[in-house]
Amino acid sequence: MTVWESIEEFLAEPTTWSGPGSIWARLAEHVLVSLAAVVIACVLVLPLALWLGHVRKGSDIATAVVNIGRAVPSFGILAIAFLILVQMGAGIGEPWAVLITLIALAAPPIFTNTIAGIQSVETSTLESARGMGLTEGGVLKSVEMPLSMPLIMEGLRIAFVQVIATATLGALVAWGGLGRFIVDGFAQQDMGQLIVGATLVGLLAILAELGFSAAQRATTPAGLRASR
Amino acid sequence: MMLAQEATPLIDWEWIGRNMGEIVDRTWQHLSLTAVSVGLGLVISLGLSVVALRWRWTYSPITWVTGLLYTIPSLALFALLVPIVGLNATNAVIALTSYTLLILIRNLVAGIDGVPGPVLEAADGMGYTRRARFWQMEIPLALPVIIAGLRIATVTTVGLVTVTAVLGLGGYGYFILRGLNTFFWTQILVGVTLSVALATVLDVGFVWLQRLLSPWARRTG
Amino acid sequence: MTRDSMIRLEKVSKVFPGAEMPAVADLDLDIGRGELVTLVGPSGCGKTTTLKMINRLIEPSSGTILIDGRDALALAPHELRRSIGYVIQQIGLFPHRTIGQNIATVPELLGWDSSRTEERVTELVEVVGLSKGMLNRYPSELSGGQQQRVGVARALAADPPVLLMDEPFGAVDPIVRKRLQQEFRVLQQRLGKTVVFVTHDVDEAILLGDRMAILNVGGVLEQYDRPEAILAEPANAFVDDFLGGERGLKRLALLTVGEADMRWGPVVDVKDDPEEARKAMSREQVDWVGLVDEGRLLGWVDGTQVDDTPLAELEPRPFLVTLSGESSLRSALDAVVTSHARVAMVVDDGIYKGMLDLEGIAEEITE
Repeated sequence: MTVWESIEEFLAEPTTWSGPGSIWARLAEHVLVSLAAVVIACVLVLPLALWLGHVRKGSDIATAVVNIGRAVPSFGILAIAFLILVQMGAGIGEPWAVLITLIALAAPPIFTNTIAGIQSVETSTLESARGMGLTEGGVLKSVEMPLSMPLIMEGLRIAFVQVIATATLGALVAWGGLGRFIVDGFAQQDMGQLIVGATLVGLLAILAELGFSAAQRATTPAGLRASR
Repeated sequence: MMLAQEATPLIDWEWIGRNMGEIVDRTWQHLSLTAVSVGLGLVISLGLSVVALRWRWTYSPITWVTGLLYTIPSLALFALLVPIVGLNATNAVIALTSYTLLILIRNLVAGIDGVPGPVLEAADGMGYTRRARFWQMEIPLALPVIIAGLRIATVTTVGLVTVTAVLGLGGYGYFILRGLNTFFWTQILVGVTLSVALATVLDVGFVWLQRLLSPWARRTG
Repeated sequence: MTRDSMIRLEKVSKVFPGAEMPAVADLDLDIGRGELVTLVGPSGCGKTTTLKMINRLIEPSSGTILIDGRDALALAPHELRRSIGYVIQQIGLFPHRTIGQNIATVPELLGWDSSRTEERVTELVEVVGLSKGMLNRYPSELSGGQQQRVGVARALAADPPVLLMDEPFGAVDPIVRKRLQQEFRVLQQRLGKTVVFVTHDVDEAILLGDRMAILNVGGVLEQYDRPEAILAEPANAFVDDFLGGERGLKRLALLTVGEADMRWGPVVDVKDDPEEARKAMSREQVDWVGLVDEGRLLGWVDGTQVDDTPLAELEPRPFLVTLSGESSLRSALDAVVTSHARVAMVVDDGIYKGMLDLEGIAEEITE
């Protein structure tokens, strides 16, 4: 059987298109868990990062976070999170291990880019803002945050694209998502399922990257656009 | 599913002792997959960077394409390569190499672009040929930035090698996958810990190499 | 100039791609062996372009360049450049190489053996006034002035007959610049290289140049002559304007006291009769008299102190400023206007040579 034939065969299966194991269901799982992870990571990390950036501290912490984050394989975090949750009584196939891993993965780029963004605002700008009588909260809200928005968004983009990509590994710990087709394809030596799954995952990641870049351009404050 | 591991300790030292040979083999596998991929990535990136520096307009498409490659999740790229090269080390090396390109090319180009203009003018004025200038001025001066890129590429690759376990390879990732399937903590922790350790050792090694190769950058200021 | 030609530009033009006007148009320039020629002009006059065409960092659009009789455009550019020293404003030392390795650059490119290179490097470090202890340091550990000396040493390393310098002292602070200029003048007198020196600083061009070439926008050569001659007789309004005000003062800077006609003035020997002192004062119509003892200048005394007391018993006050024969007439003028008596006393090795006053200095300019 050629690759094409097995792809056609997989696409012809009714279960591919409907039911809990269908492409649509897997896609929805994949995207929902990814979005949830980024949103939760933002809630957890943004306040601290904004504050550290505002008081001009934390660039060392940020560097350390990035270095450690890079050295720990996401597959490893996923495995450890999965085993701990299972021992605590979570059911196999539930998304919690994946969610925790993805939050851990999304946090560092959001954290570091926010700190870097806030700290990139020039001292002279801050001085004139304070000189005009803005409170510290006002400085953060109406000067530092808008000016660092491009870098913060960049951090969100890196986080989101990485999360979409890594959610694929969820299938290795018995969860669903689009990675399910790849892992099952490998396990069942089903070339059709493997290739269709991989293509979908690849397309989704690229779409996330391009879509987010477009959104980023749209949200850049007008005054900062010319210089970028 | 009932779990029988409750009684066993987190780290089963006896298991580690019994499997020392396997650990050494997997270390070698992890290291060689990393080295071959990063090495190959460096050679290809060097070539593409030379092209991008000579013909400026190519830089944008080169980073766009390597950026897309970088975006494709590893598991998907391994899978897509299966019908072309099969389930083997070639598959892993192609995928892992392609992930290093974006980082390495960006740093190579930025590093070489960062060489001060007057230095190049002086080199030209002294009678350097274009090739001699590239190897004796631009590359050594860009070395700190290039090595910074190599550090990121290497550490990232060490992490990604664990995923090649689905191809039957994996290095330390083999232990992680086996540990997952058998719910055996020791294997997972050995796999993760050694992977982090390997990444750290290589990272520190590059820092050391950079100090060795560019002593001039250290004494600045 | 009767010297034989070392660098000759014939009808050299440069039109940059996309530019409407040529940067340099049909330039003829002849530079003699061992001569230091300064190229000056406003920005956009093509002085740097002209310089860079000589070592072909910029390729001429048309024309001929001969260096020591050979066609520079026929050689491989990198071969040509190894025989021409090159110093630029930003210095461009190689940050990853020690001072010693920087200086050894061209000898190494030329394939000298290491002992010869090492000998040459050690020699040059001293020539440019640096210490041997610096050879193993990196450029970032040196001050701007020291770096510029290394830049000069590096350019001289293979003993090239020709040196091209593009605003070499432009990036250092004024005090260091002045010192480097003086040192370079002395160095050049010793080495006798053929130097093409680009600067936007008229005073530097006047100070250093055997001849100066004044270029106008578009690489038009307005005047090419000795600085004294240009200052005395600017060829046209552009040159006059470019030289700026104080043309007379600039000329004075080029002339030395030793070349000027000095007067003896109201100066007598301490062994002379006091009557001689009174006569000298009335002859010169001044109320002070200078005293010398066997040629050595002791100082001056006020006219009211001169009575019948022997001159040797008076207590002369020293002159605050004295000049030597090497001093420029500009500094002499400064001494005149700041001195009490409106004169500048000239002393060489303690021996009184004569004095200059305003009229005497003015005559030197009008000559």
